[in-house]
Amino acid sequence: MINKNKISNLKKERRSFLKLTTFSVAAIGSSFAVWPFIDSMNPSADVLAQGIKEFDLSNIEEGSSKTVKWRGKPVFIKHRTKNEIEEARNVKLSELKDPQKDEDRVLKPEWLIVVGVCSHLGCIPSGQKVSDAKGDFNGWFCPCHGSHYDSSGRVRKGPAPRNLEVPKYKFIDTNKIKLG
Amino acid sequence: MIRNFFFIILTIFFLTPNLFGEEKAVLKKQEWDFQGIFGRYDKPTLQRGLQIYQEVCSACHGMKRLRFRELKDLGFTQEQIKQYAETFEITDGPNDLGEMFTRPGEPSDAFVSPYKNKEEAKAAFGGAYPLDLSLLTKSMKNGPDYIYSLLTGYEDEPPKGFELPEGLYYNPYHDGNVIGMPPPLYDEAIEYIDGTNASLHQLSYDIVNFLNWTAEPELEKRKSLGIKVILFLLVLTALLYVTMKEIWSRIKK
Amino acid sequence: MAKKFKNKTLAWLDYRLPIFSVLKEALVDHPTPRNLNYWWNFGSLAGITLIIMIVSGLMLSMHYVAHVDLAFDSVEHIMRDVNYGWLIRYIHSVGASMFFLIVYIHISRGLYYGSYKSPREVLWWLGIIIFLLMIASAFLGYTLPWGQMSFWGATVITNLFSAIPLVGDSIVTWLWGGFSVDNPTLNRFYSLHFLIPFVIVGIVFLHIVALHKFGSNNPTGIDITLKEESIPFHPYYTIKDLFGLGVFFIIFGIFVFFLPNSLGHPDNYIPADPLVTPEHIVPEWYFLPFYAILRAIPFKLLGVLAMLGSILILFALPWLDTCKVRSCRFRPIYKQFYWIFIVNFFILGWVGSKVPEGHYLIISRICTGYYFIHFLIILPLLGFFEKTLPVPANIFKEHNKKK
Repeated sequence: MINKNKISNLKKERRSFLKLTTFSVAAIGSSFAVWPFIDSMNPSADVLAQGIKEFDLSNIEEGSSKTVKWRGKPVFIKHRTKNEIEEARNVKLSELKDPQKDEDRVLKPEWLIVVGVCSHLGCIPSGQKVSDAKGDFNGWFCPCHGSHYDSSGRVRKGPAPRNLEVPKYKFIDTNKIKLG
Repeated sequence: MIRNFFFIILTIFFLTPNLFGEEKAVLKKQEWDFQGIFGRYDKPTLQRGLQIYQEVCSACHGMKRLRFRELKDLGFTQEQIKQYAETFEITDGPNDLGEMFTRPGEPSDAFVSPYKNKEEAKAAFGGAYPLDLSLLTKSMKNGPDYIYSLLTGYEDEPPKGFELPEGLYYNPYHDGNVIGMPPPLYDEAIEYIDGTNASLHQLSYDIVNFLNWTAEPELEKRKSLGIKVILFLLVLTALLYVTMKEIWSRIKK
Repeated sequence: MAKKFKNKTLAWLDYRLPIFSVLKEALVDHPTPRNLNYWWNFGSLAGITLIIMIVSGLMLSMHYVAHVDLAFDSVEHIMRDVNYGWLIRYIHSVGASMFFLIVYIHISRGLYYGSYKSPREVLWWLGIIIFLLMIASAFLGYTLPWGQMSFWGATVITNLFSAIPLVGDSIVTWLWGGFSVDNPTLNRFYSLHFLIPFVIVGIVFLHIVALHKFGSNNPTGIDITLKEESIPFHPYYTIKDLFGLGVFFIIFGIFVFFLPNSLGHPDNYIPADPLVTPEHIVPEWYFLPFYAILRAIPFKLLGVLAMLGSILILFALPWLDTCKVRSCRFRPIYKQFYWIFIVNFFILGWVGSKVPEGHYLIISRICTGYYFIHFLIILPLLGFFEKTLPVPANIFKEHNKKK
């Protein structure tokens, strides 16, 4: 009687172990199988390869700026005047919401290059054209929810949490930059 | 009885594809590195193939689906690829003045076709246009063997009684035994950078390898993932079988 | 019955929205004949393949562009640039073949064991409707890569409608949205190709409702009367279906990873060219038998009618087969004719892939003739002349006899 019980217990154990193993292997397999479908929505090889782009700055005069398209986003290239540079450098860091020195945001002081997307909810701030509203700090003003940026692209007022993003770039010539 | 009959009939029909058909030139079957479950591309072979495409084929044939960056699969470094891409002139634009301009190629650019469009190619070749080679091996039955046979199958003298039209070449592998493309490869057609002896066989073999890579660049990834998936499925299916037997043993009689 | 679920949340929800008890009834408790063989695996396999096709198709649709200038390039973009794009596309294209393979086996099983007979006629009808929708969806989907076969396949098949007297040409122009297969055609084909699979899902749902009304047929073809003849669907048939799924995935995987293009036609890797017809237009393998019937008849309208009729005749099958015994096991003569019919169907498929000339044309005519003779003459007459074997009272009797 005891023996019989033992056997049937062993059998039960064997069965549940078998089921557990099979089920786990199947679960692991299914989770791997899902990945290709998810990954297919990530940027594809051609999108990633197009990340690098060159721009010529020679025809942007002092005091004016230009908007170029890079990775589907606008990039503001601003040829700053001496006044604007000084203005940006004289601000105390303690006054800033997202403290950052102007020197850390530019490679050459006369060229400010930022991604023109408001850090609040992704609108494009105005201020590129002469006639545009430039906000209270002589930089950019986001019309969507009223964020003000200064001449270094730093947020000074409004709901935006961060400064305008500085993309990765380098000068490959005195008047040529490479984004990405 | 009836089932045997069934299988015999099927075997007859499917093993003799040309039961009533006419004979065609038999393809010269080759041993390709990329064939079979463990098939892989041989990088030096592909590099030689690229050289042939560059020096011979690209005069007439495009390769528009291939991007320079993909050459890293052939074993080239980023720097080599960049330098190679820069030797090509790419039309880009429009610029700020609304004009198209040319610039040196970048790794993300595609290979430049010798003709702007099909119409221009057709005009240059009197109606028949040279195909784009990007997908060639996939676009024909037994593609690799067929292209190899075609490239090595030119005959100087057509058989007696065969009238060769003016300006065409005799090749028993092509439809109608004639082809407009002059023999593109022959012994020593090019001098290999790596010093390999450039026999007609070697040249044809290398270019077919290269063309198969351009048509199926995913082949290596596909096969190596395939082996893993199939092995996993074999284990899982075996486990499912044992579990099934275990569960069903409860009710069998 | 009072408490269906131990989990309180589940019980609360199910009391208000009884989908869980419906699912439990269908997938867990459903009493199923205990003697089903592996041929009964193909129904669930077809259902799972449908889901695989919808999911892979959805991912492809995120990258595909339905425009004559971009469709071919976008498919190559999927193959070359999209992460695992090649895998998803091959799953979808091989999957189409697998779907048909499974459904053909599923239909053959029904024919062999008489699953179409009373009271399962509507179940059978719904199955044929699914099959017709699959044909439409497969044809529309094959057009989308916009290769040579896509274009010329679409041209040839849409031209079938021109066989309709009087209004045929207007219908074809309407289908095309122009004067040839072109961008408007591609756009609407894409739209419809996206829609049809979900219609299939709906009909599959009805198919299952009809199935569960009288339960599965079984290899003996006799009605299940005893309680002991049935076992709950879960775990017995869930595990058996899962095992079948494993075997199927291995075969599916071999094709996807090692022979992805073997079931398709190489011409479809040449971009569509409205000025050049490929030398030899053939549909995908799963349409070949019907294509052979179409070409066997020298008159356009009759050919189209014969091809349509070869499928529509299945609707009348429950009444054309006059025999009361369902399963082939007890029908020695029908069993012979069944296999002859299958061989005949294979031969039709084989001649469908050939140029319709000479011997091939003669074979295709004989086989087309036999296809209809099987349904219209052999089956009705067999019911009167065939001496069926004694049918057991229940499935256990049959089991013992075999031993």
